[in-house]
Amino acid sequence: MIKINGIYKSFGKTPVLKNITTEFHAGKTNLIIGKSGAGKTVLLKILVGLIAPNEGQIFYDSVNFLNLRKKDLRTLRMKVGMLFQGSALFDSLTVEENIRFPLDMFTEMTRKEKSDRVNSCLNRVSLDGVNAKFPSELSGGMQKRVGIARAIVLNPSYLFCDEPNSGLDPKTSLVIDELIKDITIENNMTTIINTHDMNSVMEVGDNVILLHQGQICWQGNKDEIIMSDNELLQDFIFASPFLQRLRNAALSNSMEVKSK
Amino acid sequence: MIKSKLLTHLGKYLILMGTAFSKPEKTSMYYKEVIRQMYDIGIGSLIIVFIISLFIGAVTAIQFAYQLDGTLVPDYYIGYVVRDMTIIELAPTITCLVLAGKVGSNMASEIGGMRQKEHIDAMEIMGVNTAAYLIMPKILAAVVIIPILVAIAAFVSIGGGFIASVPTGLLSGQEFVMGLRSFFMPYNVFMMFVKSFVFAFLLTSISCYQGYTVKGGSIELGKASTNAVVISDIMILLSDYLIAVVLI
Repeated sequence: MIKINGIYKSFGKTPVLKNITTEFHAGKTNLIIGKSGAGKTVLLKILVGLIAPNEGQIFYDSVNFLNLRKKDLRTLRMKVGMLFQGSALFDSLTVEENIRFPLDMFTEMTRKEKSDRVNSCLNRVSLDGVNAKFPSELSGGMQKRVGIARAIVLNPSYLFCDEPNSGLDPKTSLVIDELIKDITIENNMTTIINTHDMNSVMEVGDNVILLHQGQICWQGNKDEIIMSDNELLQDFIFASPFLQRLRNAALSNSMEVKSK
Repeated sequence: MIKSKLLTHLGKYLILMGTAFSKPEKTSMYYKEVIRQMYDIGIGSLIIVFIISLFIGAVTAIQFAYQLDGTLVPDYYIGYVVRDMTIIELAPTITCLVLAGKVGSNMASEIGGMRQKEHIDAMEIMGVNTAAYLIMPKILAAVVIIPILVAIAAFVSIGGGFIASVPTGLLSGQEFVMGLRSFFMPYNVFMMFVKSFVFAFLLTSISCYQGYTVKGGSIELGKASTNAVVISDIMILLSDYLIAVVLI
């Protein structure tokens, strides 16, 4: 579980996050959603320690993340996996070398053990046999899956995904979403996903946090979204007239069922 | 304003160097990276160093022969001047100025590109000390390989002086060798290595700093690469002067 308390961040005189307090649960996919500029990426970068907040506390289980010494921070980070928006695979390394990199750097495993672990991670993301390919030889969806394989190679307790579906078609997006959800449940990880994708929200949103102008304006799960009367949430999720009609139809159906 | 900006950069540079020279997570990974960098810097720069030093030696010999023409200074002085000019100044300085352009800009672009593609963030989140892993092996490789390149440059340069002066009849081979063997001071070789060591450190650390701290897009990356070369060149020439003042 990750708990954040009173996170405040400003760039110059512009506040980006204002007093964010919430919890991200273990074994669940926690989604941060919101319009562009709402502060999602800044919050995610604060959570992984790439940006320091002006105020507030972050607890990884019981460990106060912001008070850690550099050495302890590095140890904790070995329990963290992250999937980047652009995958962030090292271009000059093959898929196998990319996934093996954390094993080479932090473990004393033998060559055979490393190779087995890489193959098992590749198998888990359904990408057997691409070990010798370079990232540039893979499609966007495959690169994301390699990114996931690299993120889980050290069996992390916390997984962060920054816009995992950006640039992917809806079908591939669903595959990635389901993969992240399954891995989260299998390993009982605390997974935090930063997304714009409404399909993701409705598919894997165990705990959804809506950010608006640097503040949390709604929090709940995917089932509570349709019934919510929060205007900002409805504006964001059901942005198009088509989706609004769908929601109205769903609501009227549920009213009819209730009245019967 | 400019003064405070300079001091800010100096402070950031010193902090980055402090972080870069901290204990490696895994020595074998760093060792592999040092070897890779040695190969890239050494073998990758051999041809350009060879060509430049050959011409430097040749031009030095011809120009000194021109200045000696009609004077009472013996011809064998050409060999002597080529040797000392090369060892004391031209081999370390010109080689490192050229390497700042070739190796320095390459390092700034490589690290800057990694910053922009979030590779550095990815490594940080894995728990890697990115400053150490990306910068320390480059500096270590450079301070070992660049003095060797400079020594090669000095030999080639003297060879260039020989080729330009002996076959063209400016002086005999015997006179050239006599010049090379006259008034030799081993201390000059020591000075050459001190210079090349300092220049190697400066050009790699400045270039890595420029790449590591790049922010923005491709235009900023281009600027960082240019700054790496310009600042390295200025610092090489400034330190050349300081070393000359201190060591001579």
